[in-house]
Amino acid sequence: MAEGIRINEDRIYEYLEKGKRFDERALNDLREIVIETGFSKNAEGSARVKIGKTEVIVGIKIATATPYPDNPKDGNLMVTAELTPLSSSRFESGPPKINAIELGRVIDRGIRESKFIKTEDLCIKEGEKVWEVYIDIYSLNDDGNLMDAAGIGAIAALMNARLPKYDLENDKMISGELSDTHLPLAKELPLSITVYKIGKHLLADPNREEEDVCRSRVTIAGYGDRIFSMQKGGGETFSVEEMKKAIELSIKVREKVFSSIKKYL
Amino acid sequence: MSEEFKRPDGRKVKETRKIVAKVGIIPNADGSAMFAFGDTIAIAAVYGPRKFHPQHQQNPEKGTLRCEYNMLSFSVSDRIRPGGNRRSAEISKITEWALEPVLMLDKYPNAVVDVYINIIQANASTRCAGINAAAMALAHAGIPMKGMVSSVSIGKLDKQIVVDVSKAEEDWEEGEGPTDIPMSFTSDGKMTHIQLDGKITQKQLEEAIDTAKEACAKIYDIQKNALKEVVNEK
Amino acid sequence: MTDEKRLVIPGEVIAEGNDYLPGEWTEKRGDEIVAIRYGLFEETDKLVKVIPISGTYQPRRGNVVIGKVENVLLNGWFIDIGTPENSFLPVSEVPRYVNRGELESVLDIGDMVIAKILNLSKKGIDLTIKSRGLERIDDGMILEVNSNRVPRVIGREGSMVNLIKKETGCEIVVGQNGIIWIKGSNIEDELKAKKAVLFVADNIFAHGLTEEVEKMFAKEKKNE
Repeated sequence: MAEGIRINEDRIYEYLEKGKRFDERALNDLREIVIETGFSKNAEGSARVKIGKTEVIVGIKIATATPYPDNPKDGNLMVTAELTPLSSSRFESGPPKINAIELGRVIDRGIRESKFIKTEDLCIKEGEKVWEVYIDIYSLNDDGNLMDAAGIGAIAALMNARLPKYDLENDKMISGELSDTHLPLAKELPLSITVYKIGKHLLADPNREEEDVCRSRVTIAGYGDRIFSMQKGGGETFSVEEMKKAIELSIKVREKVFSSIKKYL
Repeated sequence: MSEEFKRPDGRKVKETRKIVAKVGIIPNADGSAMFAFGDTIAIAAVYGPRKFHPQHQQNPEKGTLRCEYNMLSFSVSDRIRPGGNRRSAEISKITEWALEPVLMLDKYPNAVVDVYINIIQANASTRCAGINAAAMALAHAGIPMKGMVSSVSIGKLDKQIVVDVSKAEEDWEEGEGPTDIPMSFTSDGKMTHIQLDGKITQKQLEEAIDTAKEACAKIYDIQKNALKEVVNEK
Repeated sequence: MTDEKRLVIPGEVIAEGNDYLPGEWTEKRGDEIVAIRYGLFEETDKLVKVIPISGTYQPRRGNVVIGKVENVLLNGWFIDIGTPENSFLPVSEVPRYVNRGELESVLDIGDMVIAKILNLSKKGIDLTIKSRGLERIDDGMILEVNSNRVPRVIGREGSMVNLIKKETGCEIVVGQNGIIWIKGSNIEDELKAKKAVLFVADNIFAHGLTEEVEKMFAKEKKNE
């Protein structure tokens, strides 16, 4: 019921004009991030991420599969996201809606394009058998910015993951048993960071009431000054200047996020 | 003979795995709880009573309980495709029937109370953990109830009755093999749910039911204590 | 009759013997009185009851509530006050004459309005804005607390809300449905009031809550 209340939206705008937010954060400040990795015994890797009151859990499942014909030497990657009705009265049961599909795809591309997972090292037998990595993301509580929580969760869970044991003699995976081998990952973490636009203001990590006012956003996955994937969402324009600023802001925010989550990884 | 019986994890025959219970875990929900039997972890969130769409499903006599049980894809060794299946649909309905008898929804005609149960990690007895979490979440959400519901699975491994079946026990291979009997009881000892898979004599089934009732009384105490540990948010 | 706050759960026996009378959210079963809802136990002169601390809003006749206009019809407005039942404000319950087809100028979709519950029936809730202080809200800030915590936000004879009004200079209307309107001369004051209201709603179990709120304001003044 508290969603979309016009007078609150007016107040948020008004306050942003003074460069301020209701919860006293600066425009590029994030809420506190807490990560717990390896909470799941049946997943090959897992992470639970809280940003303020927003919470997601991410599980990694790894199994053997046939490679795609166009990449016979590469492991497979699949990302899904579920916006569970448990996490907000706004989410409904049933097959994933576009918001969940988009969330999964944006996270997928950040990881895929950055080559964070060295898929060439996931080949068991060229053209026949490779490791397939599933990243499944579930929302537990939506208080804004699920996008970045999901991105951080995916990276943290991948870093936590280990390959299943493999029986070389019979040439098959031993289900339910983990080896000591971690996933082959690049050293550089491609975090995806979303910059939200409210009026003419750009800000990071909106809470629920701020995200409700936001009409456009851009998610940028990168490392250092290199950028691997982008997605603009929402039906409002960015001026060229604004877009350049958003890119710059995302790089700064990413560094902040990185330094605050390092201790958990 | 009974106390001599060796369970795979060393438990006594009437001992549950370590139970963890907590309320208030999902700030957005009207009520929420987690309940774990060892490595089996269920979380539940309640929304409502709220408007029930579509309208033709509304009941003008009283509010409707709607449960949705779902296992996360990575809750088991072999990944489950996200989204529901026949098993989860049946367990959702069983969960509704297990909880309905204690709910007093006559004050909420036409409305719906939604209960969402997610199994985060599975090591057997997931429906029982789900029902326990759901009962706590419903109470936490301030839904009028005659009492609580507590749930446990009773196993018969070969000839031995045991409490709170684990995955290793579900796959029992010796003698008569495994029989799994999940049951739920109201806090005044009435049965709201029973299912059975396996093979058991009438006499042993009676023993299983009595054992379940005793175990549920203990589970009730844990649910009660969790609800009484004051949570200040929500 | 102690001051101690005891949480009880549904099905719990909260009094035994025929000396006691069952009050709200309790049920007599034989010689026992049993709680039928989660909340705080209270006993006054042998009358035992449960005071809910959670759950959705339970509408009552005469309640002042704050709601959002959901839909405009020819003869009135549907207002969302956070109940599963529909709430309707008929055009006849507006304190002035409204021309047909001009209802939007009084209240439009998305507008917030302070209203009073006139009537409750199986068909739904009827609202009125015919008394003083009932009107459309045009500015300020809306926040939401659990409706069961509204009595603490208001305080004994309004003591808590009056304290917050005095300290912040804000106008505050507390809807019984947990929707609260705050209007000050600037956003900082409104946020100060919002913080205090949320503090009260989050700490209903605390002893000496008024003193705690006073302390909070004193501390803020120091920091300024």
